[in-house]
Amino acid sequence: MDKHLLYQMLRIRMVEEAIAAEYPKQEMRCPTHLCIGQEAIAVGVCAVLGKEDAVFSTHRSHGHYLARGGSLPAMIAELYGKAGGCAGGIGGSQHLVDLSVNFLGAAPIVASTIPIAVGVALSVAMKKEQRIVVTFFGDAAVEEGVFAESVNVAVLRRLPVLFVCENNLYSTNTPIRDRQPDRPIYTMTAGMGMRSHQEDGNCVKKVFALSKRVIAQVRRGNGPQCIEFFTYRTFEHCGPNEDPVGYRPKDEKQHWKLNDPLRGIHGKDFETMKRQIQKEIDAAFAFAKRSPFPNPSLTSDVVWAPR
Amino acid sequence: MKKREITYAAAIREAFDIALARDERVFLVGEGIPDPKGAFGTTTGLQETYGPSRVMDMPVAENGMTGVVIGAALGGMRPVLTHMRVDFSLLSMDQIVNTAAKWYFMFGQKQSVPIVIRMIIGRGWGQGPQHSQSLQALFAHIPGLKVVMPASPRDAKGLLLGSIADPNPVIFIEHRWLHGLTGEVPKGRYTVPIGASRVAREGGDMTIVAASYMTIEALRAAEALKDEGVSAEVVDVRSIRPLDSASILKSVQKTHRLIVADTGWKSFGIGAEIVAMVAEAGVRLDKPPVRIALPDMPTPTSPFLARDYYPTSVDIVRDGLVMCGRGKQEAEKIVNAYTLTIQGNADQPDPTFTGPF
Repeated sequence: MDKHLLYQMLRIRMVEEAIAAEYPKQEMRCPTHLCIGQEAIAVGVCAVLGKEDAVFSTHRSHGHYLARGGSLPAMIAELYGKAGGCAGGIGGSQHLVDLSVNFLGAAPIVASTIPIAVGVALSVAMKKEQRIVVTFFGDAAVEEGVFAESVNVAVLRRLPVLFVCENNLYSTNTPIRDRQPDRPIYTMTAGMGMRSHQEDGNCVKKVFALSKRVIAQVRRGNGPQCIEFFTYRTFEHCGPNEDPVGYRPKDEKQHWKLNDPLRGIHGKDFETMKRQIQKEIDAAFAFAKRSPFPNPSLTSDVVWAPR
Repeated sequence: MKKREITYAAAIREAFDIALARDERVFLVGEGIPDPKGAFGTTTGLQETYGPSRVMDMPVAENGMTGVVIGAALGGMRPVLTHMRVDFSLLSMDQIVNTAAKWYFMFGQKQSVPIVIRMIIGRGWGQGPQHSQSLQALFAHIPGLKVVMPASPRDAKGLLLGSIADPNPVIFIEHRWLHGLTGEVPKGRYTVPIGASRVAREGGDMTIVAASYMTIEALRAAEALKDEGVSAEVVDVRSIRPLDSASILKSVQKTHRLIVADTGWKSFGIGAEIVAMVAEAGVRLDKPPVRIALPDMPTPTSPFLARDYYPTSVDIVRDGLVMCGRGKQEAEKIVNAYTLTIQGNADQPDPTFTGPF
């Protein structure tokens, strides 16, 4: 496995585990959706992107933000609601942003960032820029009306957008079979006029290879494309625990555990990586804890930009 | 020199022409925007001048397209989205309320969303329950949105240019009955600041705070009241949010009598907000304040029912007279005589305004 990709995945995994370990102390007081088990998609897709490309995400955004190169200390500080957070402590885990790496925003209203990604792509087309826009979303997002509206516009105007569906089979605790008919998501988006693909989202090599091919095509101005990746979240929908029992079958969990994107990795290099990452994480948490809280007296100038 | 008078619709179109010519980031989008009718004449011919990439139609996807214009704004553009009926904007409440209004705030003031969403409100010609709502209070309730409702052609042009220049999301509400009205409009570019009201008529006995088309009704009422020896000041709010509270308070501190006339519903509306603001400021009122607004029910379609549904200058005159000390019976007599002098139908601003719009 490519060392860089492995490092990125491991880094996201260890950050998420560190958050899970600290979360019960009740100091990070915001809804937090961990992406343990889904790291390969964020890492594989973002590894292909150029500096100018824009990325949007969802409530489960830590992996996308970190894979894109978002600041780790600013992310941890954001979870602690501190002034040093990437959104000044105002957004929390669900509103990560880092404009320095064109990670333009994440939001928890399902599918709500998808039309915005399409809109940035419209501005790209109008200004004849070369960059592309990636919008990450989960399987439930395709159930929202605004998803169909967004795809329609992107296809109509041949906009440079890559739609990345992380199909982890669940929306909160509701399985996809209770929400969608038995037809693959990528066939639906293909039917909407968009070249669409399906791939194993837990194999970073496959994610990277397909993304590389598809992103090159999107960059050439051939219109939007969609990739449906299969994956699985190891933890509960929201919070620091492995799943509360009951809604996911044991054999299903076992199957995905055997297909974990970080399975079967060990050795000396691996231990060196771990030590290096742990240092970075410790420094990020120290920064977050040290950072002051935001100014408590909010005025209208945080609501409206000055003219 | 003769003053140049043009219609409100022409003033809007002129503002677009100026904005499109001077700033290549500006583009117009909306259902029917480039069509020959040009959104009630407010965009006619602009696509011919600026091309389909800057004056464009859109899929019937209000929520998606609102997200798209938000994204385009984040990408450095200055989009103006139009809903020819305010009622359709309700399909985009998610993007307006959850996204546009909050983006600047929730990402720690990193990027603002400079978009203008035009919404046309209306009255009459059988528009009925889903084609004639006045939803300004709904939008004004949301922190992060600016809401403006110009009543004159001059303000329509200046506020539209001011809204396009503003770095925040602005809900720009036009009353359909204003499009045909004419008034003096300066040539060239000028902006009217958002958040500043306008004293449309000075007076000393009572204050009528009015919004959008109700400013026209208020001015008519003030003229009738003058004949009865009552001097009414008319404050055209122009901006619903931010509201120019200081100017309203200044007028009420002078007159100590207050009527608020709005095109929307009475309960939880603009009138309620303004009356509450005046009460909280501790201004002494000689008489209880009055809210003139739509009754709290959806709009009926029949022209027969519309007559009683829409408040007009008649209602303002009646309440104004009573507020200024006339007896109820005397006021009713004067109102009856006044009503006879008003022409037109309750569902038509003037005879030149014919259906289906």
